[in-house]
Amino acid sequence: MAHVSFTDNLLKHLPCPPTEAAGDTVRAVMEAVFADNPPLRSYLVDDQGRLRKHVNIFVNDQMIEDRTALNDAVSDSDRIFVFQALSGG
Amino acid sequence: MTDTFYVASRKGLFTYRRSHGDWMAGAPAFLGEPVSAVLKDPRDDALYAALNLGHFGPKLHRSDDDGNSWTELAAPAFAAADPEDKDAPSVEQIWTIVPGGDEEEGVLWAGTIPGALWRSEDRGASWRLIESLWNREEREGWFGGGYDHPGVHSVLVDPRDSAKLTLGVSCGGVWKSDDHGETWRLTGKGLRSDYTPPEQAEDLNTQDPHRLAMCPSAPDTIWCQHHNGVFLSRDGGETFHEIRDIKPAVFGFAVAVHPSNPYTAYLVPGVKDECRVPVDARLVVNRTENGGKSWSAQGNGLPKSPSYDLIFRHGLDIDKTGDRLVMGSTTGNLWITENGGDDWRQLSAHLPPVAAVAFA
Repeated sequence: MAHVSFTDNLLKHLPCPPTEAAGDTVRAVMEAVFADNPPLRSYLVDDQGRLRKHVNIFVNDQMIEDRTALNDAVSDSDRIFVFQALSGG
Repeated sequence: MTDTFYVASRKGLFTYRRSHGDWMAGAPAFLGEPVSAVLKDPRDDALYAALNLGHFGPKLHRSDDDGNSWTELAAPAFAAADPEDKDAPSVEQIWTIVPGGDEEEGVLWAGTIPGALWRSEDRGASWRLIESLWNREEREGWFGGGYDHPGVHSVLVDPRDSAKLTLGVSCGGVWKSDDHGETWRLTGKGLRSDYTPPEQAEDLNTQDPHRLAMCPSAPDTIWCQHHNGVFLSRDGGETFHEIRDIKPAVFGFAVAVHPSNPYTAYLVPGVKDECRVPVDARLVVNRTENGGKSWSAQGNGLPKSPSYDLIFRHGLDIDKTGDRLVMGSTTGNLWITENGGDDWRQLSAHLPPVAAVAFA
């Protein structure tokens, strides 16, 4: 299970404590996260499931490359960080 | 008189209440967040606030205790399309929310960017895309006006028959439905554009009505502050005629019409589209009381020193009596008049940029 944590800036909008979720891609992991926390979905991805323009996701120390399908690979020991971009404020 | 109004700003929602002759702002809601639209529904007193979070997208909240507590609702959202379609739509901003007819309990309409109309029948808990408009082939000819994508900013519900709707789209013209949005027709003959080739100047589908305002007691009268001037319809938006030679300028975004006198309307002029500031840096509100035959530029109480305020399309509102108007600017100024525009009073010079104002 990957460990997923979220920017504190999300906390003023909705609860999103760090969590563990299974999946071999960022998409699979995030879908598992959204299944447990449905309101979180629209904060991170748009109507088509694309990562919002001013949200960043890192797998360990690498920013993901595929912001549309979220197909970057994830392994069980990975840490996933969801940040807001410095733009968009 | 309406003793409460709301200010949707770049950094929160402010509520002003009149007490002992003075207007006082309460603690802001959604402090730090862009508020793109606000509605106080007169049918059930629900208060709606649309947010356009810089990082986390458009959101919608409702308060049933006048802003003391809020519940997040599902914002309008497009259905998932083919993953290969890189241009598949996503709601970028809720631009306006209006109540349905008095007898339509729980019905709301929302206009968004990209240009779509949405209907809720459960006080905003869920939304349905009006596909009959979205699927019109003319929509491919729409384009953005001020934003990258076109948007629906004005939704007028005929108080005589709530099945009758009139939309203003920037840039996509004026659209009417007589059947709750089941079918649509493109109207607005008489509008003209000068930002398209001359032979397309009267093309209905590329007009940019910055804002439409319907007189509630005479709903066939619709005022239009258009990108290229000021237009008036006497047939419910089917056709318009242009009102020329308005001083100091015909450019602007906002328009308000008196609730019981369709001949009285208010505009806030700017120089022109390539210079969106008051003419000679002197902010005025233009008022006509004779259907546009003559106008007076009201400036009493507005800045005497150079001013560069712009009033966005939802930045001017008039109350049920027609005596009070509130106006908020892009530079965070807020004014009110309580005598139909003869005198204005500044309530704040320090607000965030104002997107919309709305009386309760």
